[in-house]
Amino acid sequence: MIRIRGGKVYDPANGVNGEIRDVWIDGGKVVAAPAVAPADVEIIEAEGMIVFPGGVDMHTHVAGSKENVGRKLRPEDHRDHLRSRKGVLRSGSGYTVPSTFLSGYLYAEMGYTTVMEAASAPLLARHAHEELDDLPMVDKGLLVTMGNNQFIMDCIAKGEKERLRHYVSWLLEATRSYAIKIVNPGGVENWKWGRNVAALDDEVIGFEGVTPRKILEGLAEASRDLGLPHGIHVHGLNLGQPRSARTTVETVAGLDGRGSHLCHLQFLSYQGKEEGHAFRSGARSVAEAVKTVRDLTFDVGQVVFGQATTMTSDGPLEFALHQMTGHKWVNDDVEAESGGGVLPVLYDRKSRIGAEQWMTGLELFLLVDDPWRMALTTDHPNGGPFFCYPQVIRLLMDRDYRAEVLASLPPKALEGSLLPDLMREYDLFEIAIITRAAPARILGLTEKGHLGVGADGDVAIYDRVNVDGTACRCSRFQSCRRALSRVRHLVKGGRWVVRDGQIVEEVKGRTFYVAPGFDASLEDHLKDYFERTYTVAFDNYAMVDEELPLGEVIPCRRRNGSF
Amino acid sequence: MSERTENVVCTFCGCLCDDLVVEHEEGRIVKVLKACANGQGHFREYDPSPRLPRLEGRDVSWDEAYSAAGEILRSSRSPLIYGLSSAVTEAQRRAVELADRLGAVVDSTSSVCHGPTGLAMQGVGEPTCTLGEVRNRADLLLFWGCNPLVSHPRHFARYSTAKGRLTPEGRKSRTLIVVDVRPTAATKAADIFVQVEQGRDYEVLTALRALVQGKAMERPSVGGVAREALVDLAERFKNCRYGVAFMGMGLTMTRGRDLNVAELFSLVSDLNDYTRFSVIPMRGHGNVSGADQVTTWQCGFPFAVSFARGYPQYGPGEFTAVDFIARGDADAAVILASDPGAHFPRKAAERLREIPTIVIDPAESLSASQATLWLPTGVAGIDTAGSSYRMDGVALRLRPFLKAQRPSDEEVLVRLIEEVIR
Repeated sequence: MIRIRGGKVYDPANGVNGEIRDVWIDGGKVVAAPAVAPADVEIIEAEGMIVFPGGVDMHTHVAGSKENVGRKLRPEDHRDHLRSRKGVLRSGSGYTVPSTFLSGYLYAEMGYTTVMEAASAPLLARHAHEELDDLPMVDKGLLVTMGNNQFIMDCIAKGEKERLRHYVSWLLEATRSYAIKIVNPGGVENWKWGRNVAALDDEVIGFEGVTPRKILEGLAEASRDLGLPHGIHVHGLNLGQPRSARTTVETVAGLDGRGSHLCHLQFLSYQGKEEGHAFRSGARSVAEAVKTVRDLTFDVGQVVFGQATTMTSDGPLEFALHQMTGHKWVNDDVEAESGGGVLPVLYDRKSRIGAEQWMTGLELFLLVDDPWRMALTTDHPNGGPFFCYPQVIRLLMDRDYRAEVLASLPPKALEGSLLPDLMREYDLFEIAIITRAAPARILGLTEKGHLGVGADGDVAIYDRVNVDGTACRCSRFQSCRRALSRVRHLVKGGRWVVRDGQIVEEVKGRTFYVAPGFDASLEDHLKDYFERTYTVAFDNYAMVDEELPLGEVIPCRRRNGSF
Repeated sequence: MSERTENVVCTFCGCLCDDLVVEHEEGRIVKVLKACANGQGHFREYDPSPRLPRLEGRDVSWDEAYSAAGEILRSSRSPLIYGLSSAVTEAQRRAVELADRLGAVVDSTSSVCHGPTGLAMQGVGEPTCTLGEVRNRADLLLFWGCNPLVSHPRHFARYSTAKGRLTPEGRKSRTLIVVDVRPTAATKAADIFVQVEQGRDYEVLTALRALVQGKAMERPSVGGVAREALVDLAERFKNCRYGVAFMGMGLTMTRGRDLNVAELFSLVSDLNDYTRFSVIPMRGHGNVSGADQVTTWQCGFPFAVSFARGYPQYGPGEFTAVDFIARGDADAAVILASDPGAHFPRKAAERLREIPTIVIDPAESLSASQATLWLPTGVAGIDTAGSSYRMDGVALRLRPFLKAQRPSDEEVLVRLIEEVIR
């Protein structure tokens, strides 16, 4: 049993806002204070410290094919970012694309205990899981891309809703995945013809009557009918383009009330030529659109100035970036399912586009009043590395710091911009929402992101004393960049794994997935489909339990009948 | 009474054909269907019966072997872990861990095969695709410096000329172009054979890039290829629906090496301004692609990594096994699932015989027979389990169909790690 004594607790899901109280953990879970504490209770002294639930990163790229292509592609990224092996801990390297063990350590040191790998082609899911198995310290899950899947588009073309639902269910279980990811629906299939989609009603080549809108609707319906804990996770059309805000507003209207999640919305909130500028923030129109619908959430995908590595299943986008920048470019078309690309970028604060992107993200954070509808992300490593979250937190909590950074941007970018006039500051309670409580709730992980009885024993404890023991001289502790940058202590699954800033134990996390069930007759149909389409035998496609010893099924709440 | 197992994965080469049928009886393989000659050998030549480790010429117990291995590794100041590419991913993960914990150099057979391909990718990127896109889409195939009919015999039938969604006629739906320095079985099967002078691939590739970009060419020929033929190729490339280039050691291990490959990758990138084009390196060993993947995800770099300073350092030419050994920098070696004793250049092979070596291999290879310690293991996909990465990065699960009578590579490496951190 562990007792975290006397800390200032922020637990928004349970309405606890900075109260001094104890947190008790036993058997890996948060428990009520015992009437009599056992003699061997471990006490973590948290007086004067901030106590948060373990952080939840609901959209990050830390494991799998694209991530590893990014690592391999960029030795220059790793050269000056190295960590030595120490005791039981492994060595590692990488800044925007850290190696797996290092990624796990960095998350733990920042106080995060749950991460969702946000995109793998289903065919490459086994690879993603193998890397996740080498990502210690955190619980995790995987989202698989379905927005350009030929079987799904065939179902939509033929109006076979039931078969679509069974297939989605089969695919989630076969790949041991957690939710449906949709990336540029139809656009990646069209990219295999050298094209893309630009509007929700554009046609997908070779699939009669299938459009991005129909793919979104079909998968949203399947997701709801299957009662998946997390709704469709959407990377929309025209990402990065000046027309993206307009298609985002249309997408939001089309998804009204479907429990969808829009990821890295910042990258889809730009406006351009028709509004009189080459490239400007469209955060205002997007924020307005989001506010008018219910049951729709998003994560921001904030840009951080400096190096980044873009990686996405949105193949045509990476090619466009390659044509624009000339940087080394990797593309990967995945049979019958998906695609993707990787390309290094620099977010330069001296560039007007970089400045606009940075402002767009912060505007979204500040314009949408309800923090429960959003999560803090940088779409790691697309907008910048995940370990820069503390910097983003400071920008949200401290408007003077924001003004300081704004003053360093190109003056032309600031003309007519919204951000300099936004005075809102987040408090710690709201930060605890967008980094813990909201992402856990959006994901449907009921035992994550809070400290109520029955929650997982994941607790991050931050101290105003620097981790090397020296006193923090900062007078504004609660808005200080350092305040939440590195934990003093971390409890993960009931084990005290970070003590005084040092990882003392490497733990393996669980992998969450769903298995809503499907009609067995689907398999005969699929066998034939695999024969005709794939280069992998049907019998060799699905993962088996031995491959995922720490897998854990999260139950679905089915809405629509039996099979 | 024999049993039949279907959809067995063959791990001989990077094709990872997963449609084999194996008949086995009382723990012995009696028949293998659908496999090529290489695959037949892979299954038929393996004897799964239990075998004791051999230490300095005598059979010893496994416990004795592990403690001897621990002795060798603990007393080494500059060990090398080499091979990896015929082992499953689970074993490769342990091999890199062992290197990390030992402060060793780790390198895979990539460094003597497609290492330059990795360097090219790091320089210019790599537009690629899975083999199913080749099956379903590709109407133009370009094989450069490789002979799939010998090295990957079922590549044509299963992938590159198979019938697919947009290629209903299979071979007839495609134009097949082979570039090589001499006629081979593959060039005879081609629609167009382009014969390049030995060592002139780079020039020919550069000329093609120029022609694709619309530049005029004045010389009558480049690298032994006539201007008209080059113009024709450039036009075909630009006008196909979906082209795929495959490349092999004719580019990576001849003059120019990574520069040749980078030029081909750049050509393929350029072609995406006009149509769709991808490239797939013809990886040799069954899981050499996985060795690159594992080393990259665990430490950031694909091969040629030293942990001697406590953190990973990348050094092709410095920490590549041949260079590291030939220079005399290795004072002990763990060799996993490869046979450098037979395949390395003479100087490196001689040096290797002078230092203590631990060979983990199902078969008694030349390296195993010369080793200080040979640890005979099972074969994944026959009597042990694991995963392997196909040449296009698709990972497959290898399911055992015989009862294991020997430890797996992974189990052996776990014991070595325990010996080291003890």
